[in-house]
Amino acid sequence: MTRVRRWLPGLLLVTPSIVAVAVFVYGLLGWNFTVAMTDRHDEISQGSFVGLENFTGLWDQERWGISVRHAIVFTVVFVGGALVLGWFLAFLMEKGVRGESGFRAIYLFPMAVSFIATGVVWRWLMNSGTGERAVGLNSLFHYLGLDVLQWQWFRDPDWGMAAMAIPAIWQMSGYVMALFLAGFRGVPDDLREAARVDGCGEWQVYRYIVLPMLRPVTLSALIILGHISLKVFDLIVAVSGKQIITDVPAIFMWTAVFDSHDPAKGATIASYIVLSVAVFVIPYLVWNARKGKRS
Amino acid sequence: MSVAQEAVRHAAPADRARQRAVVARWARLALLLIFVVVFLIPVYVLLVTSFKPLSEADPGQAWNLPKVWTAEAWTVAWEKLEPGIVNSVLLAVPGSLISAVLGSMNGYVLSKWRFPGADVVFTLFLFGMFIPYQGVMIPLVQLMVNLGEALNIDLYGGIPGLTLAHVVYGIPICTLIFRNYYVTIPDELIEASRVDGAGMLRTFWSIMLPVSGPAFAVVIIWQFTSMWNDFLFAVFLTAPSSWPTTVMLNNIAGAQTVPYSQQMAAAILASIPTMVVYVLLGRFFMRGLMAGALKG
Repeated sequence: MTRVRRWLPGLLLVTPSIVAVAVFVYGLLGWNFTVAMTDRHDEISQGSFVGLENFTGLWDQERWGISVRHAIVFTVVFVGGALVLGWFLAFLMEKGVRGESGFRAIYLFPMAVSFIATGVVWRWLMNSGTGERAVGLNSLFHYLGLDVLQWQWFRDPDWGMAAMAIPAIWQMSGYVMALFLAGFRGVPDDLREAARVDGCGEWQVYRYIVLPMLRPVTLSALIILGHISLKVFDLIVAVSGKQIITDVPAIFMWTAVFDSHDPAKGATIASYIVLSVAVFVIPYLVWNARKGKRS
Repeated sequence: MSVAQEAVRHAAPADRARQRAVVARWARLALLLIFVVVFLIPVYVLLVTSFKPLSEADPGQAWNLPKVWTAEAWTVAWEKLEPGIVNSVLLAVPGSLISAVLGSMNGYVLSKWRFPGADVVFTLFLFGMFIPYQGVMIPLVQLMVNLGEALNIDLYGGIPGLTLAHVVYGIPICTLIFRNYYVTIPDELIEASRVDGAGMLRTFWSIMLPVSGPAFAVVIIWQFTSMWNDFLFAVFLTAPSSWPTTVMLNNIAGAQTVPYSQQMAAAILASIPTMVVYVLLGRFFMRGLMAGALKG
């Protein structure tokens, strides 16, 4: 009884939050799945249960295929680009450089600004006009005599989504840099020194000592970038709006709700977005919890 | 003579190594500076364009400095954006404070006043940090409408509902930050307070809160920034009269009729509050960022 009296007040204090998370996170996720399994294709009817019909039916729609393909291209370019650029910036700064805090502040500041605000300028920078009509980055390339680099950016029919990833890389690579920098600094100096004494060159020290120790940081960065990428919404709204040429699942869902007034379809798309994130975040969290217990 | 030559011969490899180190250092610095220029290109365009008069604000001359500097675009942008900024302040200031209070209570209990199953609760909270909010949006709108009718307040469409959503979905990250901060406080302090007969709230008030300053700063900044910059919740949950800055800005920027100079001035105006926070309190901003990734 005394044991219960010891922990009960704590539980009571957290109860409002537990209830809120239970209802708003888990309850609503479940509710969303049930809406996705009905035929509520307008806002008036209650809809009846149709099982997974919406989930399979979505794949018959051309637009869904396009938006999934776009999401994949975006994710690969964005995650890869931010990871490589962030790592490279950290690598350049790792050994200490004059004015480090200034560099860090500049690479990181885009994180503090909304995609909606930066989208205003990126939309202009990535204007698709070329040749005589070149503006934005295309005209900068022209000034620099690099006309070959001019392209349609996000209006390119095949690789437009790769262009869309550029502002996202710009926004997030500073964050990745900060993560890696913390990772680099976490490698004990005596470990590197010991390897050097054993006759390792700088490259070998890096390859066999530093890189393996950066693995946990890399995993964290992958998870964070990945889940941002799969739900990307604001950036695309700001740069191109609802155009099909840059459609992704989150935009498709938005138009399903507000333009087609089809809750069941919106909920189905939303469910797919949740599932795509859950398949890698849940194993990560479980792994993390286990690791926490062991240490 | 020969002694001197000997000395030179010995010194040479060391010199070369030092020289190489110097070259490498300059190369690194040069590369970093190039990236600074690349990172600042969008800022340059924003600033330069926002100070141009209408006659110069066309994309063709956007790389040029203004021939005539004027703040007229800023005045117009401010007039258009002001209601949104007021709404954002009404949302983000109370919202981030409530988030911090909740987070500190949860973090305290989950680290120092644990109950059976506390770890499971914490892990279940963490998943809430990663869910794509699209997955709750449709039922959330419904819930807000129902709750608002039941309680007779306008939750759906208004600022209170938007604040509620941000506070609830902010619980996981705020709890995480506070928990990781409180873990570093020695258990002996809590035990001593318990032995002295202090209860849970008393211990929280007199032992934990006095040292919680940095964690409060981190959480308030984090929540303020994400509430200020949010777009998704705002488009789903608010009506035009309570649109925050981001939605207003998107409407201004999306309109073909609004000149570039005003769009860019509005974009800067919308970013000033979070930029000021970032410049003044960057240290705490960083810690919030890291909390999402590096645990413990």
